[in-house]
Amino acid sequence: MHVAMASRKSPQTNRDSGDKYSVLLPTYNERENLPLIVWLLVKYFGESGYDYEIIVIDDGSPDGTLEVAEQLQKIYGKDRILLRPRAKKLGLGTAYIHGVKHATGNFIFIMDADLSHHPKFIPEFIQKQREANYDLVSSTRYAGNGGVYGWDLRRKLISRGANFLTQVLLRPNASDLTGSFRLYKKKVLENLVERCVSKGYVFQMEMIVRARQLNYTVGEVPISFVDRVYGESKLGGNEILSFVKGLLTLFATT
Amino acid sequence: MTKLQQWLLGVSLVVAVWAVVTFDLLDLRLSRTYREVAWPMPLYLLVSFGCYSLATVGYRLATFNDCEEAALELQQQIQEAREDLRKRGLNM
Repeated sequence: MHVAMASRKSPQTNRDSGDKYSVLLPTYNERENLPLIVWLLVKYFGESGYDYEIIVIDDGSPDGTLEVAEQLQKIYGKDRILLRPRAKKLGLGTAYIHGVKHATGNFIFIMDADLSHHPKFIPEFIQKQREANYDLVSSTRYAGNGGVYGWDLRRKLISRGANFLTQVLLRPNASDLTGSFRLYKKKVLENLVERCVSKGYVFQMEMIVRARQLNYTVGEVPISFVDRVYGESKLGGNEILSFVKGLLTLFATT
Repeated sequence: MTKLQQWLLGVSLVVAVWAVVTFDLLDLRLSRTYREVAWPMPLYLLVSFGCYSLATVGYRLATFNDCEEAALELQQQIQEAREDLRKRGLNM
């Protein structure tokens, strides 16, 4: 995606704007990917000049993710890489709550650490947010030139089918509800996470639904989602079932 | 009002209007044409919605973007990152 040069400010201007972006990275067994995602984050934040910090929330990964995180801290500095580990695998919602408590930014990025979410979109998120002072900006794989790599026909069909069902039932005014690459104003994230009770995919959906309920404004940025994990973990009947259950619960309670 | 309640309200309204017209509940004495058209409406609407759903999902499936370049770019950047991190002293 190309951004008109006229609207791109210099890195110095971006640094002086007073905004700081905290990136929450919940990790579980991401020993291989964590250095790569951090490197990319540092690259794109560095190039664009926005102030940032990366908060790694490791849930006691047995593969030594925390050790790698500590090495990264030495390389990039303790002001850029913050470690907020937890003893064991707890939910995503609580990971966000835990991460936000220590965040010094006024904006929060949430994203996956497995490289399916590419930091190159971060400047686009920020510019989108500034366009209309959105309370939250969500990624979309379905609209604009958003897309996916690494999915077979079956996976794509399930994805589109599930999204269609969600649109019909919840009418959320957002094209991609299960995406977890998002930018929130800090207060907005804190407010929403408190009210959300679901888990997994449905949690991300609930965040947007509740945001709509509270009349928060939502912007969208098309992204490319590169799935390198799908080959190893097919989307099974269990996950589909729990998705439908979660969707129906949201339908009946919000 | 939850989405479920909105749906139930909407459906009740449509069913009420349909019943009034089809079974002449309010004694409106509408012409036969109205009743003949109204009678199969619920089934017709359901089938239409089914077709619309299939067409929409089918279309969206067919136009689902494949991000080949993004995957390639990521591969290149992974190599670059590994090199750079090794230089900076990361033990992988």
